[in-house]
Amino acid sequence: MSNVAAAPAVRRIPGLKIGIFGAMIIALIASMLLAISAGRFSVSVPRILEIIMNWVASPSVAPAEMDERIVLLVRLPRVLLAALAGAGLAVGGAALQGVFRNPLVSPQVLGISQGAAFGGALSLLVGFHGYVLLGLSFSFGLLALVLVGALARINGRTEILTVILSGTVIGALFGAFVSIVQFVADPNTSLPAIVFWLMGSFSTATWARLWLAVPGITVGLLIVFALRYRLNLLALEDSEARSLGVNPDKERWYVFIAISLMTGTSVAVAGIIGWIGLVVPHAARILVGEDHRALIPASALLGAAYLTFVDTLARTLTSAEIPLGVLTAIIGAPVFGVLLRRYFKEANRA
Amino acid sequence: MIGLENASVTFGSRTIFRNISFRVPKGRSMAILGPNGRGKTTLLRALLGFQSLASGRRFAPKVAGYVPQHGASQAKLTGLDIVVMGRAVQLGLFGQPTAKDREAAEGALVQVGACHLADMRYDRMSGGQRQMVLIARALATGSPALVFDEPTSALDLGNQSRTLQLLDSLRLRREFAIIFTTHDPNHALAAADDVLLMMPDGGEVSGPVHEMIEPGKLSTLYGVPMRWVDVQGPVGEIRRAILPAFAGIEAA
Repeated sequence: MSNVAAAPAVRRIPGLKIGIFGAMIIALIASMLLAISAGRFSVSVPRILEIIMNWVASPSVAPAEMDERIVLLVRLPRVLLAALAGAGLAVGGAALQGVFRNPLVSPQVLGISQGAAFGGALSLLVGFHGYVLLGLSFSFGLLALVLVGALARINGRTEILTVILSGTVIGALFGAFVSIVQFVADPNTSLPAIVFWLMGSFSTATWARLWLAVPGITVGLLIVFALRYRLNLLALEDSEARSLGVNPDKERWYVFIAISLMTGTSVAVAGIIGWIGLVVPHAARILVGEDHRALIPASALLGAAYLTFVDTLARTLTSAEIPLGVLTAIIGAPVFGVLLRRYFKEANRA
Repeated sequence: MIGLENASVTFGSRTIFRNISFRVPKGRSMAILGPNGRGKTTLLRALLGFQSLASGRRFAPKVAGYVPQHGASQAKLTGLDIVVMGRAVQLGLFGQPTAKDREAAEGALVQVGACHLADMRYDRMSGGQRQMVLIARALATGSPALVFDEPTSALDLGNQSRTLQLLDSLRLRREFAIIFTTHDPNHALAAADDVLLMMPDGGEVSGPVHEMIEPGKLSTLYGVPMRWVDVQGPVGEIRRAILPAFAGIEAA
């Protein structure tokens, strides 16, 4: 055995990665400025910056001008909400794909989205919005997760395959419950509210709704960010992870709870917006690789930029607003197909 | 030290093994041999604490340096990233590896003579290269116990030779309690002080390598006659290898 005395060369400085992250931050800012600027009443970028500067300098002065009102009361909360939800959904997808060692899973797989949808639909059925809707969405999202956990726990151990199968079962169950709620809903009042809410939209975004979403999504993002290196270990086979002193059975649940916080909250404030958690982490993986220390922040930035941009398309493409969930699916599915092909071509070349 | 005392493992009504006792103290190396399906892997899992015991107890440090047969095969990470994972127990739940952990990982790669793999992507490595990285990761844990699951079974002869030399050099440092499973009794001769034979009838025998690796016991173990054969080493020295009686049969 020939032992080389010198330690290997100093690791190359990750200059490329810093460049990529810089580009993502610029893309996010550009996407947010475009979103605030574009619309039936367009506002120039210098004017946007002026309005925001004035508002930051004296936040107590009520906006008087038309463009001030549009920027500060309508578009800014909407853009921030879309960016926050986009970051949450993308990070949730990236974390889930790591834990399941499968790039094709998403919060729908664990039944969280369907559980949250049922909670929200129930709340709309009885005519409640705001905190009741948020609380019920998150609670039923978490309930779906707990049921999945209980169903998947066999002989004191939770195997990954049983979690996926249990998630499918619980998701289907809550999907049926949503249908029941729609069936009994009043076709003149609560049914349209439920249907439009389920299709997903930020059109009702207000500052109040933004503050409703901030705690859940922020806490979820912080938990996943703190666990970013641990996710590399949780992506190993369970027995291998255990041999390194990791407790995958338990630690997976920290990730799941963070994901249900983010998913439940975003479903509550904007309905079901699919595909973000699949498309964005894939793009992020191609740009920064599979190390979760880079992948998690990259997914957050890209998710925020992407959902902000798609929301801008949703409200500007046609005179009537296209439901956001429909648009993310129409854009997401083909993009996902292309990414998937490139991903497997890459894998075959390796 | 790593070992089991009066340990039994059962799956439902099926008993995999009953009342196994052995201890490998620091500074010694033990090979485990047994026919397919006799429970070698289950024994290792029990030893590492992945498999609960129906009775008995296990002795092991909190984390043992474990070298799985196939590890982390999906990971698009570098060799050094994989070795740094060996530091997980020091990092804790929210920890991030620091320069110190990278130094420890580089040191482990130096010990196995695999510095050149530090920047190579793990998913593009050959089986032999992955084996070296996984051994470096086991060393990076800093554990005094090393456990190898069939470290030579998936390797070509050149990589088998390198792995056995590495196992033997780790044994001769006398700093580790080493356990490995193998299907080749010659590998026990090459790298073990002691041997545990898991006999097909359900019993186990253990002892120093020269009492265990002999034609009589191995014939019973595998159900084929075994013979000593003289082999000339690279510098002309004569050594004894043990082979099944079917070795050398020519089909033509």
